[in-house]
Amino acid sequence: MKVRLKVWRQKNSGSAGSFHIYETPDLNPNMSFLEMLDVINEQLAERGQEPIAFDHDCREGICGTCSLVIDGKPHGPHPGVATCQTYMRSFKDGDEIVVEPFRAKAFPLIKDLVVSRKAFDTILQAGGFITVRAGSPPDANAILVAKADSDLAMDAAQCIGCGACVAACRNASAMLFVSAKVSHLGLLPQGQPERYTRVQNMVEAMDAAGFGNCSVTGACEAVCPKSISIDFIARMNRDYAVALLKGDSKKPAGGGAG
Amino acid sequence: MATLKSNIPSGQLAQKWTKHRFESKLVNPANKRKYKVIVVGAGLAGASASATLADLGYQVDNFVFHDSPRRAHSIAAQGGINAAKNYQNDGDSVHRLFYDTIKGGDFRAREANVHRLAEVSVQIIDQCVAQGVPFAREYGGLLDNRSFGGAQVSRTFYARGQTGQQLLLGACSALSRQVGLGGVKSHTHAEMLDLVVVDGHAKGMIVRNLQTGEITRHGADAVVLATGGYGNVFNLSTYARGSNATAIWRAYRRGACLANPCYTQIHPTCIPVSGDYQSKLTLMSESLRNDGRIWVSKKQADRRLPHEIPEEERDYYLERMYRAFGNLAPRDIASRAAKQVCDEGRGVGETGLGVYLDFSESIRRLGEDKVRERYGNLFAIYHEITDEDAYKTPMRIYPAVHYTMGGLWVDYNLMSNIPGLFVLGEANFSDHGANRLGASALMQGLADGYFVLPATLSNYLATQKPENRVTIEHAAFREADSIVRQSLQRMLETKGKRTPASFHKELGKILWDHCGMARNKAGLEKAIQKTAALREEYSKNINVMGDGGEWNQALEQAGRVADFIELGELMCRDALHREESCGGHFREEFQYTASDPETQQGLVNPGDVRRDDERFAYVAAWEYAGKGRAPTLNKEPLAYEEVHMTTRSYK
Repeated sequence: MKVRLKVWRQKNSGSAGSFHIYETPDLNPNMSFLEMLDVINEQLAERGQEPIAFDHDCREGICGTCSLVIDGKPHGPHPGVATCQTYMRSFKDGDEIVVEPFRAKAFPLIKDLVVSRKAFDTILQAGGFITVRAGSPPDANAILVAKADSDLAMDAAQCIGCGACVAACRNASAMLFVSAKVSHLGLLPQGQPERYTRVQNMVEAMDAAGFGNCSVTGACEAVCPKSISIDFIARMNRDYAVALLKGDSKKPAGGGAG
Repeated sequence: MATLKSNIPSGQLAQKWTKHRFESKLVNPANKRKYKVIVVGAGLAGASASATLADLGYQVDNFVFHDSPRRAHSIAAQGGINAAKNYQNDGDSVHRLFYDTIKGGDFRAREANVHRLAEVSVQIIDQCVAQGVPFAREYGGLLDNRSFGGAQVSRTFYARGQTGQQLLLGACSALSRQVGLGGVKSHTHAEMLDLVVVDGHAKGMIVRNLQTGEITRHGADAVVLATGGYGNVFNLSTYARGSNATAIWRAYRRGACLANPCYTQIHPTCIPVSGDYQSKLTLMSESLRNDGRIWVSKKQADRRLPHEIPEEERDYYLERMYRAFGNLAPRDIASRAAKQVCDEGRGVGETGLGVYLDFSESIRRLGEDKVRERYGNLFAIYHEITDEDAYKTPMRIYPAVHYTMGGLWVDYNLMSNIPGLFVLGEANFSDHGANRLGASALMQGLADGYFVLPATLSNYLATQKPENRVTIEHAAFREADSIVRQSLQRMLETKGKRTPASFHKELGKILWDHCGMARNKAGLEKAIQKTAALREEYSKNINVMGDGGEWNQALEQAGRVADFIELGELMCRDALHREESCGGHFREEFQYTASDPETQQGLVNPGDVRRDDERFAYVAAWEYAGKGRAPTLNKEPLAYEEVHMTTRSYK
């Protein structure tokens, strides 16, 4: 099979970008989409043209590095898989395929199809953790967790942090990403002490990073390569409301125990 | 010659770690904050070390070439993590985990390190659970376990088929917390390109910013490499495409010894290669061998579909050859057995390089829902790649490069032979000998990062004065900086005809053919010549597009491939010199035959690996001797105090 690619090329965030057309050589339908881009890039390099920059690493759908909006859909045509797990057999011989970067204000472009998703790290640094020092925890089985809670926490914890939810959202909202982390930790007994400060800090960091608000279109869930449910957004909204009602936790008074 | 002092503490094996911690020098809390530590990598080892060192009060700088610390390839580990908790009451203990690991490594690991690993394993699970890692649980709320290869107990903790992801997100959450608190400064898209050695001590490094191409110098009181393994030297592997050996290789060129580079792990259960465009191979977790049975037809070139082959015409060869461990034989053994049946012409699939991994019996026994609950995501990955439904038809699998047991040489403190340079996780050589057991890589990464380095680092730092730290204007920094710039410039200016990817592919093929699952003298000698010729061609004919002052993936790849070519040659030299077979290192000249007493006593099968403890019970630590000169071989004898090196039997 052969396809025609319409790819967004942009030297850096400071310069203007445009679409370029590339014709592929004959492809094996069992090739992955990224392997197809590898083939194009080898061809470009042999012709003395600069290869297309795109992000990728594990190529098995777990690291969250790959991105791409393929024919208008983040991570391509299939629900529940990342771009790196998309195969050419999903397209037809002669198709024209449009390839663009994830576009969002909070994800500035680096080059061609590569954007910076650093804002996600900033949100995690604001509260995406349970405070625990190595050496201090109790025996693992001293903390009982109901299987249903643990399974639900795992459903949320699967998030690979790729940013497709943001790219799909008309408001470029990061609510699905943030709610997955908040729910994962908030569902577990270990996460209770910091539950409300966590949600407040993470939501504040999310807003500060320039992500939009959620208007519950569900586009994020539809493109999520791990099929993370928007129910977690509802869960986060509830925790956030409770956090606001509780108000700021008291700052400790000065002075020590001497 | 390098001086290799293993610094193994004296005393009883089981007391060494406790004793060592007590005898180690400490740095008081007020002084800790004066020390700067560089950590390269944020996989399980790097992230856990960065977070823990910052918790202790050191100033930590963490560097990753990824866009975020959470992308490291530890994230792709599927099956689980071992720990000697004995929650199943099935006879497990620290000593049993220690012994299984030593035996699994074919008696080529350092005894004291392995015992420490087994001791620390129990604390890792406590730490991870406290962090919120959602391990699988039973209905009563307790933690669940599964079995892995090379063990007869169930000691593997898991989070569906995404254990590595969950452990890494746990370690990265600890790292994120410390970044937020200011304890760790996180540098992303930052690739280490040289180590800076001042008066024989590691005191910093040179880094290229992958977004801007800027070259910067970073000084510290100690440098920690947690940069993973070098399996991508084979080009096709289960590693992430970006995984590379540049950090350890550049450290090697600065004098750090590289130990046992020929010990590579070929994992038995991966999705077979389907075409020459392929960029990576995908693992199907070893955990599948808990419930899947491996077989091929008893007949050669049997073209029937799997369901057309009746039960009595199937050869469940692992169950037949290794009755005691069956489908849970260790990886090196399972891989070689798969190769053997395929070499006999009994392989399956288009290429004949594949065997069946069949779940039909488990589905009958447990029901499809239970199998889906245990392995659903793995069946889904298999379906995405092959377009086949493994609930209905057996998976086809074949061995693929997965892990490297070799790595930079370290002493008991995880310090290399360059004082101040520490090496953690897969990047070091210390714990797995010649073969790693499943679910032990995650254990080692976290053991090194959470517990071992934080206890041993102060031994070194206490001898250093932070106020005497040299500035980045020191001659050693200037020299390293200029070497890095020149080498980047050379790659950009060569303007040859071949891309970095084409060199990588060619190198991979040379190594897979001659230094893969089976090796022999003639093949290795040929591979050494071929890699040397490839290196020569590379220097004249590499073509890198674009320039150095911007995002340039071809330039990144070109540097990594150049290092892989040199490393590939060293691997072959090591494999050639080791005239024995052990674990994953199989030299065709050294195997058991039907007439050997061990075979006749029923301990091993003909064709199993045959060690030579008299000549090769040592760690081979190779030392760089300069460009164009053969490396120097240093030997650290493996002195076992408690365990006897015996014939490794899984029958």
